Amino acid sequence: MPSTPSLVEPAPRVSATAKSKSAFKDLSIRVGTVNGSGSQSANLVILRALHAMGIPCGGKNVFPSNIEGLPTWFHVRANVEGHLAHRADPDILVCMNEMTAHGDVLELKPGAICVYRDDFSADLSTVRDDVTFFAVPFNELVGQAYPPDKTDKSYRDKLRKVINMVYVGVLASICGIEIEAVGEGIRREFPGRKAKAGAINIAAARSGYDWAQANLPTDLPCRVKRLDATAGQILIDGNKAAALGAVFGGVSVMTWYPITPSSSVAEETEEFLKRHRTDADGNQTFAVIQAEDELAAIGMAIGAGWAGARAMTATSGPGISLMTEFVGMGYFAEIPVVIIDVQRMGPSTGLPTRTSQGDILKLHLLGHGDCRNIVLIPGTVQECFELVIEALNAAQRYQTPVFVALDLDLGMNLWLSPRFSYPEKPIDRGKVLTAEDLERQGSFHRYKDVDGDGICQRTIPGTEHRLAAYFTRGTGHDESSGYSERPEVWKKNLDRLSRKLETARAELPAPVVEGDPDAPVGLIAYGGTNAAMAEAREILADEGVATAYCRIRALPIADGVAEFIEQHKRVYVIEQNRDAQIMTLLRERLRGELIDRLISVTHYDGTPIAAGDVAVPVLERERIAAGPEIVTGNGKGHGDGDGAQAMAAGA
Amino acid sequence: MAVQTEIQVESEGRSISLPISAYQGLPSTLCKGCGHNSITSYLIDAAKSVALNPYKTVKLSGIGCSSKTPAYFLQSSHGFNALHGRMPSVATGAVAANRRLVCIGVSGDGDTANIGLGQFKHACRRNTPMVYIIENNGCYGLTKGQFSATADQNARLRRPSGEINPTPPLDLCVEAIVSGATFVARSFSGDKKQLVPLIKAALGHRGIAVLDVLSPCVTFNDFDGSTKSWAWARENEEQLHDVGHFVRRLPEIEVEQAAGESTNVQLHDGSWITLRALKQRDHNVASRDSALRVLAAGREAGEFLTGLLYVDNTGVDFVSSMKPVETPLSMLPDEDLRPSAETLAAIMDGI
Repeated sequence: MPSTPSLVEPAPRVSATAKSKSAFKDLSIRVGTVNGSGSQSANLVILRALHAMGIPCGGKNVFPSNIEGLPTWFHVRANVEGHLAHRADPDILVCMNEMTAHGDVLELKPGAICVYRDDFSADLSTVRDDVTFFAVPFNELVGQAYPPDKTDKSYRDKLRKVINMVYVGVLASICGIEIEAVGEGIRREFPGRKAKAGAINIAAARSGYDWAQANLPTDLPCRVKRLDATAGQILIDGNKAAALGAVFGGVSVMTWYPITPSSSVAEETEEFLKRHRTDADGNQTFAVIQAEDELAAIGMAIGAGWAGARAMTATSGPGISLMTEFVGMGYFAEIPVVIIDVQRMGPSTGLPTRTSQGDILKLHLLGHGDCRNIVLIPGTVQECFELVIEALNAAQRYQTPVFVALDLDLGMNLWLSPRFSYPEKPIDRGKVLTAEDLERQGSFHRYKDVDGDGICQRTIPGTEHRLAAYFTRGTGHDESSGYSERPEVWKKNLDRLSRKLETARAELPAPVVEGDPDAPVGLIAYGGTNAAMAEAREILADEGVATAYCRIRALPIADGVAEFIEQHKRVYVIEQNRDAQIMTLLRERLRGELIDRLISVTHYDGTPIAAGDVAVPVLERERIAAGPEIVTGNGKGHGDGDGAQAMAAGA
Repeated sequence: MAVQTEIQVESEGRSISLPISAYQGLPSTLCKGCGHNSITSYLIDAAKSVALNPYKTVKLSGIGCSSKTPAYFLQSSHGFNALHGRMPSVATGAVAANRRLVCIGVSGDGDTANIGLGQFKHACRRNTPMVYIIENNGCYGLTKGQFSATADQNARLRRPSGEINPTPPLDLCVEAIVSGATFVARSFSGDKKQLVPLIKAALGHRGIAVLDVLSPCVTFNDFDGSTKSWAWARENEEQLHDVGHFVRRLPEIEVEQAAGESTNVQLHDGSWITLRALKQRDHNVASRDSALRVLAAGREAGEFLTGLLYVDNTGVDFVSSMKPVETPLSMLPDEDLRPSAETLAAIMDGI
């Protein structure tokens, strides 16, 4: 039996999900396969079937940084309450990949179920005696459903993919997923010309299902029940949602350079644009440019934004580093551009296929000298759509680089979401003066604070008026954009940029506050962490800890966040980075005793944060009656007070 | 004859009258005698001569002495003094945003051959529609004379320590040609007669027009033996041809060089450049291979060959290749930018 160290984190020793209130509340399935083996369709079919049964569900593709032939896992979670964050302790493990099977089994919680291929070289069922093992004759079953076809040269390759649908059928039988819903899901995955492949896959699922019905128990505790909780809900990943935001936000120039996990933002944007923004003659109301690197990607976006386009680029941490100089210039020369950062785990190349919120502070301060950038932070896939639209508007309104901070978990994984609504607000173009405006106004000074909000007027190249032109520069400039090194001119301009940011602070998407305003405990989180928060708060409530919750949606931080902190005695700031980056920023905004109310909870091992990673550290801390100075550390969900992991600002 | 004070400019089907001052700029802050100042004045001459519309023109630069010059011409055009070596990307974005813009990029040898070589070559590869002028003096002026990647091998720094440059220079015309540029010329800031028509022709070209212009640095690299000095350039310049540029229509003639005859190439804007061969009479200006051979021969002979090295007036520029709508993307109305509510509903149905 090969014993490859698993790339999946160990399961917590205590269950860290909200306690069961009904027979079926939560189901977590993990499938271990081989990268490139075509299991994605099978996994999507499971999700589609659950969705069709009205059961809230989501899926995560957990994959190491490689192309083909190495281990990959897919996590499915179904939950009555719609809690769909990461769960580290699956109820069912499906082992299709012998390389990782042994390690995966060792990490299971007691009582879990393991489905595996009966053709593994060693019998997996001898590994543990507290797990229920089901050996399934996958080869035989797929052979029945898809008999050898000597006329088809790619038969073996297809067979390798079809075999995955057998485990879908087996799972359907074990978990009570309706086989009709599975069939419907397969037909949806294989539409039109792929119908023949669809029929083969349906047969494969059916053969797994029938075998399991005949040979495996159908009364296990992991059975789901039909609900009515997914009507009007879609399954979508955050990157695709962001791409739709770009399209409906009116993006006109999109530049990019491939990098995991952001590439699909650009690729999906281009696909949607081609389909929906191309006229009958094939002419396009957009340009998408794959640049030679991130330096050029941001340079092109800045050039386009300067010239009047609604310009956007998408990248991840290493790309952000390369964009630094241009972002500083964009901030200072006041050029509208949107930069989507789908955060992955750094520093350095780090864990390129693992999630993180480690760029968040850097985005806010990116540049050199005193820079402060606007960062919008979607907490759901719906907000990925909405806040990209908002970012495209904000970049024009405030004439500055605007970041949208996603993370890999939110961006690349499938989430249940209400359908997206058509934007209510019209496209915002900011204070752009036309030739007619210039004629009426009789004067134009590019960097003059005409309205007192720090936001100046601008013209775009091509405006036919003698007053229109100005000279954009990264060097010190006066109100007319003339070169100046005069101390009072320099300082006045920098101060105006501060004023502009204060204008934005008051207008950007406000924090979302919910829960008991009188609770002594407040929780602050942002971005993808939101997925774990409702469940964490339920666990805490079950343990007698009532909480209020404040979700930050934009930097600079709105004043409402300080007001939230004033209302609560202890405020936990939950982040997926080591250094409590947003707490650091909060401390800068707070005065005196309010700072001492902040307690950091950080999670930074590369896995998406789970409810237990929030609830367990908070519970630990709340149970220490008189220890206000003890800082809670990285909640690993172990419940064993792993304080050595603690790392927090000010610790 | 009265001094001309106004220029008639065609713009979107109408004619507007602009004062000469629209083509001028602020006084130069560069050293007296700097080659860059000459190029600036030729640029103004060329722009006036072809009645360039400054409102539809953008001027961009990177960082360095050369990159200061866009402040000194076309004050009625939007200008952008970008980052060191990154002007090409900004230019690419600007012309993608507005396909009607005429884009003039000014760069130096450090800005292009050192820090910006990648972006320069990718702009050539894409055939980004722009005029790309390199004001090449083989050194960094603003930071006190360090070698650039076009500095002569074995040149000495003008300072007591006198470090020697151990590495051979890059030839930016070679780099441009092998990277795919569709208009490549070399000239000299002391050769107004040649440079003005070359700039006019470059403005009429659709695609990237690279002008590598030797432009001596009088402070750091104008000494005896420097191949970037005024004296050396004057003594060693060998014009490939007499260059002329005409707006009037000439009879249709294929781009074909015959010894002793003049070659006429029609540019995208309908104007013509005429080349009457003086050296390398068998050079075919439409052939990359021929251009590279001419450059190699000139290098071996120690000649400073100037003129239009290569032109391809048949290619598609980068912006056109993306098939944008006729209206500049920067001027699209809301309804063209945001698909309908029905479209969103249909997308939601399909997810």
